Amino acid sequence: MSSLTAEIREIAARYPDSRTAILPALRLAQEQNGGWLTSESFVQVGEALGLTPAYCQAVASFYDMFHLAPVGRHTVEVCTNLSCALVGAQQVVEAFETELGVAPGETTEDGEITFRAVECLGGCGYATVVAVDNRYRHFVKPEDVPAIVEDVRGA
Amino acid sequence: MGLKTMLLAGADERDLTKLGEYQAIGGYEQVPKARAMSSDDLIALLQAANLRGRGGAGFPMGRKASLIDRKSPKPKYLVVNADESEPGAFKDRQVMAQVPHRLIEGCLITAHAIESQDVFIYIRGEYLTEYEVLQRAVDEARAAGIFGDIEVTVYRGAGAYICGEETALLDSLEGRRGQPRPRPPFPPIQGLYAAPTQINNVCTIATVPAIIELGPDGFANVGTPGSPGTVIFSISGNVEKPGNYELELGTSMRELIYTHAGGIAGGHQLKAVIPGGSSVPALSAQQIDVPLDYDSLGAIGTFFGAASLIVVDERCCMVQLALRSTKFYMHESCGKCTPCREGTRWMVQLLEKIEAGDAELSDVDLLRNVCSRILGKSLCALGDFAVYPVSSYLEKWGEEFVAHVEHGGCPYGGESSLERIFAPSDQHTHSPVAQVPA
Repeated sequence: MSSLTAEIREIAARYPDSRTAILPALRLAQEQNGGWLTSESFVQVGEALGLTPAYCQAVASFYDMFHLAPVGRHTVEVCTNLSCALVGAQQVVEAFETELGVAPGETTEDGEITFRAVECLGGCGYATVVAVDNRYRHFVKPEDVPAIVEDVRGA
Repeated sequence: MGLKTMLLAGADERDLTKLGEYQAIGGYEQVPKARAMSSDDLIALLQAANLRGRGGAGFPMGRKASLIDRKSPKPKYLVVNADESEPGAFKDRQVMAQVPHRLIEGCLITAHAIESQDVFIYIRGEYLTEYEVLQRAVDEARAAGIFGDIEVTVYRGAGAYICGEETALLDSLEGRRGQPRPRPPFPPIQGLYAAPTQINNVCTIATVPAIIELGPDGFANVGTPGSPGTVIFSISGNVEKPGNYELELGTSMRELIYTHAGGIAGGHQLKAVIPGGSSVPALSAQQIDVPLDYDSLGAIGTFFGAASLIVVDERCCMVQLALRSTKFYMHESCGKCTPCREGTRWMVQLLEKIEAGDAELSDVDLLRNVCSRILGKSLCALGDFAVYPVSSYLEKWGEEFVAHVEHGGCPYGGESSLERIFAPSDQHTHSPVAQVPA
């Protein structure tokens, strides 16, 4: 049994129904595969939980935090929903475009950073919110962007 | 009326993420008090308190508990909805980050009321830091023996607005795509794993310890008769001091905006307030003397919702606001019901046409028509959430939509605060579908 299978089965044992473990299992598989899920991931998760690979893919494709294509080593996500938009999220998006040389949804050529615009992150009172590898930065202004990018690249 | 802490009490003075600090201010003292009561008596007390749900629908929490089929031979479940995703809302996040033990204490009391031994807290996947704080608090309280025979499990979502809808949340928690279920059966009869299930928002459950402490009469002294208690209001957008403010229910919206949040930022003029999160009808600047409670907001044609105010100043084009809002709901529509899935796309196309200046007046009417064909026609309210705000913009700022048609484009001439605003649905990065081997 692979260590991933063993870990997934251990998680599954905590729930009344092992199917509940699919989100933590997919998260684990994604973490162990460089941040994205392949067809092999769905086979592994499916075998560990007694589900078909197609079922696992169907679930994974529903949720924004599962990636079905390669991503960079780091993710930079800018909220562009209403509260952030009203105080200048678009200018922050454009600053990242300039700094990274890629459009939202793309990964830098060196494979380091995937840049995305995202829906509301739940930081509306601290707009603009930018999530770097899922850690929030608050009150981001366009002039803060070069330092953030430098920080991410150095991490 | 005005500022009053109940949910966040003590959080400014102490690090209440630590069990010892929370216990030093009387934390977890309400659990033995509640456990000394019978399940029936505790539910009667919660019903008398008339605590209305803080997640959006405002359904009385005690009444929900009374509907639980406690005679069922199946396990009973308490599920806390911590999938806070409504644009404008960020209060559950603060509760979990600063007073996680108060939430857990509320869980233990509510679980006793419904005779449940299994509590799930479903937290949105993006809230990683808050998950870590909450999980540590759960582990600390369990190790201290506070749980008794109850188990509390924190479960992380994976990024889907719809999972804040209670039946979609249940499907997600069962390891499925998070899509709403037909009702009936309602969750108190058949919820998680087809067993009786109570589902409440974070702030609702975190208010429960105060109800036990104060008693229903003491609790009723705070807030208004129809809306007792305090609520953490999230306020964001074009105000000087955006943030969370815990207020007595019934405090005026004007007081929140101008006294606590410092008024409109940069000397601009107030144009609109979306009072309950982005899914509710907006109010005009003339309507802000309304008391912030469930009934008063309902009486002027909007909703209390998630107590999350988005404040908009005069620089914002209402067509752009409608377009950005609708792109969100289109992106988050789970795809199960046709009126919502297709209707939100129609709305986006029409709004894009209007904003670009390519529309005729009949397109504005068509937009109204499409809205009417979405409203109330799906299993859950997501489609309605797309329609409510847009219908209110059409009703109150309809002349801006007409001006786009007559002007042949946006009358703001590139100066609107939402000009060019990008949306995730504009990203053409839907991953190539991975091949599943035969």
